[in-house]
Amino acid sequence: MDPLSRRRFLKISGATFGLAASGAGLAAVARAVNDPAAGGVTGLRKIATFCDICFWKCGAVAHVQDGRLWKVEGNPEDPLSRGRLCPRGTGGVGAHFDPDRLRAPLIRRRKRGEDAWTVVTWDEALGYVAERMLKIKAQHGPEAVALFSHGIGGTFLKHTLRAYGTPNLAAPSFAQCRGPRDVGFHLTFGEEVGSPERTDIRNARCLVLVGSHLGENMHNTQVQEFADAVGNGASVIVVDPRFSVAAGKAKHYLPIRPGADLALLLAWMHVLVVEKLYDQEYVAQHGFGFDAFAAEVAACTPEWAYPETGIQPQVIRETAREMARYRPATLVHPGRHATWYGDDAQRSRAIALLNALLGSWGRKGGFYAPVSMDVPGYPYPPYPAPAKAKVDNPNGKYPFATETVTTGIREATITGQPYPVKGWFVYATNLMHALPNEAETIEAIQRLDLMVVVDVIPTEISGWADVVLPESVYLERYDELNVEVFREPFVALRQPVVEPPEGFDTKPNWWMARELALRLGLGAYYPWKHIEEYLDTRLKGAGLSLEALKKTGIVRGAPQPVYFEDGVAPEFPTPSGKVEFYSPQLREKGFDPVPKYTPPVQGPPGTFRLLYGRSPVHSFSRTQSNPLLHEMMAENAVWVNGDVARRYGLKTGDRVRLRNQDGVVSDRVQVLATERIRPDCVYIVHGFGHTAARLRRALGKGASDAQLITRYRTDPLMGGTGMNVNFVSLEVGV
Amino acid sequence: MVIDTRRCVGCMDCVVACKTENRLPEGLNRDWIAYETRGAFPTLSMEIRTERCNHCDGPPCVSCCPTGASHVETFGTLVLVTHEMCIGCKACLASCPYDARFVHPEGYADKCTFCIHRVREGLDPSCVSVCPTHCMHFGDLDDPASGVSRLLASRRGHALLPAAGTGPRIFYLD
Repeated sequence: MDPLSRRRFLKISGATFGLAASGAGLAAVARAVNDPAAGGVTGLRKIATFCDICFWKCGAVAHVQDGRLWKVEGNPEDPLSRGRLCPRGTGGVGAHFDPDRLRAPLIRRRKRGEDAWTVVTWDEALGYVAERMLKIKAQHGPEAVALFSHGIGGTFLKHTLRAYGTPNLAAPSFAQCRGPRDVGFHLTFGEEVGSPERTDIRNARCLVLVGSHLGENMHNTQVQEFADAVGNGASVIVVDPRFSVAAGKAKHYLPIRPGADLALLLAWMHVLVVEKLYDQEYVAQHGFGFDAFAAEVAACTPEWAYPETGIQPQVIRETAREMARYRPATLVHPGRHATWYGDDAQRSRAIALLNALLGSWGRKGGFYAPVSMDVPGYPYPPYPAPAKAKVDNPNGKYPFATETVTTGIREATITGQPYPVKGWFVYATNLMHALPNEAETIEAIQRLDLMVVVDVIPTEISGWADVVLPESVYLERYDELNVEVFREPFVALRQPVVEPPEGFDTKPNWWMARELALRLGLGAYYPWKHIEEYLDTRLKGAGLSLEALKKTGIVRGAPQPVYFEDGVAPEFPTPSGKVEFYSPQLREKGFDPVPKYTPPVQGPPGTFRLLYGRSPVHSFSRTQSNPLLHEMMAENAVWVNGDVARRYGLKTGDRVRLRNQDGVVSDRVQVLATERIRPDCVYIVHGFGHTAARLRRALGKGASDAQLITRYRTDPLMGGTGMNVNFVSLEVGV
Repeated sequence: MVIDTRRCVGCMDCVVACKTENRLPEGLNRDWIAYETRGAFPTLSMEIRTERCNHCDGPPCVSCCPTGASHVETFGTLVLVTHEMCIGCKACLASCPYDARFVHPEGYADKCTFCIHRVREGLDPSCVSVCPTHCMHFGDLDDPASGVSRLLASRRGHALLPAAGTGPRIFYLD
């Protein structure tokens, strides 16, 4: 029916094709022109910036049509996004238009948590905060103020609080997320995996994912490289109680019993050692304490691991041999959200050791050695030295914590030990969903003299604040430079592409941090008046300029070698200077020098282990009200194994409530009856079940895993909170 | 269009991008994600697909259209709707085996256009150009030398509901 080829149509289409398209196009243009927000600016402007819907910081190009934000695409110059954003980045437009956004500074007018507010001016809000902070400093010292923050936007608040004199600056990304992994790798290689992870997925010939659900966990570069690896025919091995999206791409899917990962890892290492399949040259050259390690794993046979993991010994051997076949281009992915069972640093150390056996650290297809540009910091005056040590980790209770432990600050706030904490700043992290056991968070907040939340949306934690400071969305503000540590060096700029919508009295974080510092008498720490001066000073230090970066968004440095085989000198900054198969520093502190498996605690009969994870269209609990992303996924569902669902008479779409071991009952949540999960656990996507009334679009949709996570097991090495230790029963017909 | 289901992770970036690119109203989308799982736990296989109008060779939505609004473009095999001629009668919605159409609040039947406003400028459709997994490929299926034709020839693939007999022009690589 078509006499002409499609290619020819492409060449000659021209005006003919305009007919149908112009209908939509003209209507859209007319809307934009009539829109008061358009501000009379006509034409299409493209402005480079970087994304903030998650922490990955992908380079983006915002398209502004007639003064109105239209769409955001990837910046082709950006090595992270390679010109393609993830759905959240594409949906970043919705953050700007979200009608539930915070509009103006607020001061609490009733009891904490009652969510009743007086709209105030910025001067009133910042004056109130500064007055309380000065009072706390006079009564308790500056260390009594703590910060919880997430993402690059926290930079300037940290600066102000350091200048004020507190060392207590924390992020849930450590003790509630990647901390155990970073510590496990640090203990083994002397270095961390970093963020973005130094994983060379795209060159891996064998990729092993232990509970890591790439593709659902939408860390852009990693997912792109995962697709490349799959497309190149890499052998993918997925270990997960749930048949994840990645499992659907795998050659081997190992449906492990939840919590038995360390047993599997030890058995894999046993096979590699006993069958002498490991990289003997790499281990001989770089390893420390290998014999003691080998003696430890000698007992960890696949037959030993079988009853724990539920994985057949033959499958364990076969997959270990598969990894050996492709080494060193075999990457056992370190994962990211690693706070599962409370022995997570040791499990992560086992992953590090498995990679060491495969010789993949520092090698192509394994872990590259990241590089970055040299962009000097701003020449600030030195910070005052805090009189007291950090409050979160008294007497080195968590001897291997490499960052501040959020839950340690929370505990100190409750107990007043080792010293009182009287003020909290919370920047861009919804602590009610990020920290386990919200009852403890509330108890801590009730002991504060000052509670400040800085955010773009009215999350649950903002409801507990004394003062809420509304931040401009990332598309409306400058931020700190992203001097990325990655496989190639580059520096990226976030810059405003549009003004906040009409009627929104929001400010960028740098402005708030500076104004607060001025009111605290800390003006010496802000020699610059506008962040443009700050950015330009830093960039000039690197031989660049703000003017140039505003045009391109990104400046890339010269490529450098990133593999041992390309000339990177192998360095392992551990105490021994080698890869520590056996860890004397762990032994000295009374921990297992080689990881040992302890079976996880099981739940009461009739309950299911509560597992949680990510959706590719949402970031934490921070995007559910974004109109575009909300439409992609408005609520979560509880995944229930098909046989279990039949036993309960449930089918997909039915509503249940989840009741945990402590009697906490979730909101009604729909069931996904599926073959894609084991019968001994259930799964929900994190971040739903909002209770904040001002998040109108997201309110009451789905179930909150955070609410059900009343229990957690603290990792004795580093203070991480293992959260896969809660059990729920299904309440049907409610 | 040729879609490599092995690479697709079902992230919905194509859906969001179509939405912003084409300024679609809330609640209405021109593309979507389908999951097809076979087997019983843990012996499973799964195909994830991004789906949309198949721009069929024998489009029933065109033959049933009383006004000629739904049409096959003279210089291509794209199926399009001339908004001004559409009376919103929904015959095309009923005739489409893929459920690819909806009525736009402004009164016309709407669906995927392969972003012809972009294609005219030498760009890929929005969904193709944003896909982080590079699972979608757009080009000339009538030219055996084109990238999409060669890709399709190199791998086993399938179209959706071939039994409907509409001649769908989107192919999914297994």
